[in-house]
Amino acid sequence: MTLGQYFRDMPKRTRRGGGSRGGLHVKLTVNGKDYEVDVEGGMPLLWVLRDELGLTGTKFGCGVAYCGACTVHVDGVATRACVFPAEAADGAQITTIEGIGSPEAPSKVQEAWIANQVPQCGYCQPGMIMAAEALLKDVPDPTDADIDASITNVCRCGTYTRIRKAIHDAAKA
Amino acid sequence: MTAKEKKGPSRRAVLLTGLAVGGGLAVGAGAWAVSSRLAGYSEEGLGDGVSLNAWVRIRPDGRVALSVPQAEMGQGVYTSLPMLIAEELEIDLDQVDIVTPQPAAPFANEFVMLISLKAENSEGPGVWAARKIARLMPYIVTGGSTSIRNFYEPLRQMGAGARAMLIAAAARQWGVPVTQCVAERGTVIHAPTGRSLGYGGLAQAAATMDPPSRIRLKSPAAFRLIGKPAARIDVPDKVFGRGRFGIDVRRPGMLFAAIRHCPVLGGKITRVDKSAIENRPGIYKVVELPDGVAVVADNTWRAKEAALALEFAVDDQGNGSVSSQTIGEGLTRGIAAGKARTARDDGGVAMALAGAAGRVEAEYDVPFLSHACMEPMNCTALVEGDRAEVWVGHQAAAIAQWAIADAAGVPTGNIVIHQTLLGGGFGRRGEVDNVRQAARIARAVEGHPVQLTWSREEDITHDVYRPAAKSRFEIGVDKAGKPIAWKNRTALQSVLLEISKRALPFAANQAMDINSTEGADHLPYSAGPVLVEHTLAESPVPVGFWRSVGHSQNTFFTEGMIDELAHHAGADPVAYRLSLLDGAPRHAAVLKKAAAMAGWGRALPAGVGLGVALHECFGSIAAEVAEVVAADDTVRVKKVWCAIDCGVTVNPDTIVAQMESGIVYGLTAALYGEITIEDGRVVQQNFPDYEMVRLAQAPEIEVAIMPSTEKPGGVGEPGTPPIAPAVVNGFFAATGKRLRSLPLTAHDIYPA
Repeated sequence: MTLGQYFRDMPKRTRRGGGSRGGLHVKLTVNGKDYEVDVEGGMPLLWVLRDELGLTGTKFGCGVAYCGACTVHVDGVATRACVFPAEAADGAQITTIEGIGSPEAPSKVQEAWIANQVPQCGYCQPGMIMAAEALLKDVPDPTDADIDASITNVCRCGTYTRIRKAIHDAAKA
Repeated sequence: MTAKEKKGPSRRAVLLTGLAVGGGLAVGAGAWAVSSRLAGYSEEGLGDGVSLNAWVRIRPDGRVALSVPQAEMGQGVYTSLPMLIAEELEIDLDQVDIVTPQPAAPFANEFVMLISLKAENSEGPGVWAARKIARLMPYIVTGGSTSIRNFYEPLRQMGAGARAMLIAAAARQWGVPVTQCVAERGTVIHAPTGRSLGYGGLAQAAATMDPPSRIRLKSPAAFRLIGKPAARIDVPDKVFGRGRFGIDVRRPGMLFAAIRHCPVLGGKITRVDKSAIENRPGIYKVVELPDGVAVVADNTWRAKEAALALEFAVDDQGNGSVSSQTIGEGLTRGIAAGKARTARDDGGVAMALAGAAGRVEAEYDVPFLSHACMEPMNCTALVEGDRAEVWVGHQAAAIAQWAIADAAGVPTGNIVIHQTLLGGGFGRRGEVDNVRQAARIARAVEGHPVQLTWSREEDITHDVYRPAAKSRFEIGVDKAGKPIAWKNRTALQSVLLEISKRALPFAANQAMDINSTEGADHLPYSAGPVLVEHTLAESPVPVGFWRSVGHSQNTFFTEGMIDELAHHAGADPVAYRLSLLDGAPRHAAVLKKAAAMAGWGRALPAGVGLGVALHECFGSIAAEVAEVVAADDTVRVKKVWCAIDCGVTVNPDTIVAQMESGIVYGLTAALYGEITIEDGRVVQQNFPDYEMVRLAQAPEIEVAIMPSTEKPGGVGEPGTPPIAPAVVNGFFAATGKRLRSLPLTAHDIYPA
């Protein structure tokens, strides 16, 4: 197929419905909004979010579920989206960083993150915040050991000491 | 008091204007006039409003757009640089919008150019010429911990000058003398009557005012913003997932690309076989590049998977048997070599060694290190005819511009470059490899924006690494164990030589190499005559700037050596160092502070040790003490105390954050960091092979900023060099075992 043919056929390839390239028709709710995409069943949720739906808050760090930059909540459970296939997301309620809070209505975790000036480059922080939110939902007053065990996300800027403090602050708020 | 009369702090900061830092000084007309003449800049991307100079643009609603040419990679420049302008301009930070300007002369980082020429503490025609060259290029660079050092004075002038023009415009409108008007929080007030006018309404008229003939900068006692912790302007977006990194750029009709480099370093990909991917959905082009093969698709993952499925042959260009072993053997030969470049020779070292009461010898070595920025390399480009538009987070925007011009075949003047946030820089994002690739791919899909994203595997295996290095010390000591002759030879590849071949418009030579022996050739200790030599190593492993560059390995070597000398003399490591710092009171003060913070000298249980390291780099002095708990084959760094003297401060919270950051970054390297080579290939593929400190291994960190009125020093890098030696010295204190190479895991010592 030439580039020209590809773009002439473009209307058939819109991201919402139609098109023959995907293989699977996936319905998912993201931050309360319903979406339908046609993608390979094996496409990781991370790329459905970032490239198909344009929700770029969730980040790509390693692609092998090691760093946690891609952490989202799938039916309330913290999940590394880079290895979570689209077919498993079918019918799921997904929360991404965009759905956690806003400047007008920040979550307690986000308030603590700002008060402690946690982010430096900020790239890992959406995943960190998603992991922290999940932890506090399960363990409202975590110990340092709970935090160590649960927050395994990588931060190359080394914001860990502030993350720990912010989680404790959010727990107390 | 004029600039000439004032005797400033002990080290005069002589900048373009001839001003010394720290006073309420008036700048002569010359400075402003020169700055104004340099004001060729583009309004592209600056948004609504009227510019009073290249830095300050007043919007109709009174908000102020401040240009920040420096890359925001977490070190807080999007706040600290605006603070400098806002202080003198009399606005609050919540009135500020950050805009990233196109590369232009006013934004040149002259200071980093001076450092390259070893001229940062000089004056005279050579300095003037270097600054002029920096502006002509223009040398837009975020690196060397220079943002504050370069812009501290000029940005205050820009803010003060703009303020003066706004006051003049208000005074004219009211028909009153300028002296009756004051600026406060974005308004001009006529003191006698209380009338006020907001900047928004004044900007148009202000832009027509003559530049002020004298600019009065505030005295530090009057600072509202500078020196006080400020909430960072970019933090909220980052917390709400709204921060736009290079990888987040989305343009209408855009495509996504992935790349495979030749797995053998310095090798070439040949005979690309696309058949495996021909019928995959969403794939439509394979682009062969000089340094790899790219797949263009409609989705990053599709491109990435397709790139992985490509088959190709590898021409190893003779590098197929390069390994960590062969490279190490090369370094050993370099150490033993007869000939070496002299970085420093005080004279008489051989004689002093021969006559010394004792001699302490040691060999140290460190491996290659990866940057591992959280955001993998990426660049988005659109090429159409003779124009190009590029979106990238880059530490050297003008160098990126030249690379785009070269790769896409368009004139530099026809390139618009959009700077984004950087998901980590650490020196990696000054390279132009991914930028050139994106420009070439964009030419191949002309008319469509294309975002090239490297996989993490490509990012790790095709990094530019902190060089592997070996270092040999021969120290002559007197009867009391004090050093009276210091000989140090180091062997490693030259970052500067290699980067100049890759990316710079000039070819560097060894005489210009300030990085290979930095941190080894200028110690604050009295050690007798010093001889420092460097033998240049070569290998196909590409090397580049890695946070703190030469200091990253040389501090490990020298602070380990000083510690060994202390123990050889039966002396306490802090007391020993202090005894050699008679001529360096600032260093001594920093060391004493860190030691006091750590309770140095207190009784510790078995298996627990405190280790110390002191180092000056990038204009600042830092000392770190690490509490190391060693048990069996495990190690835990429980706490780190850090004292930093970085001169006058701008945003103290950023200084603390940068020390925390530098410490953790260096700690990962000390505990785990190792890139190894086998069969000409980097062995480590992804994060599981390149273990990093995570929250559970992170120490408690306490930072103290030494009060100072000295000129500002850098903070982005100084936290990193001392941590590895502090940990190794602490490990020695805890176990009696001296480690002369890193990482600890290579000694089968694992972080608990």
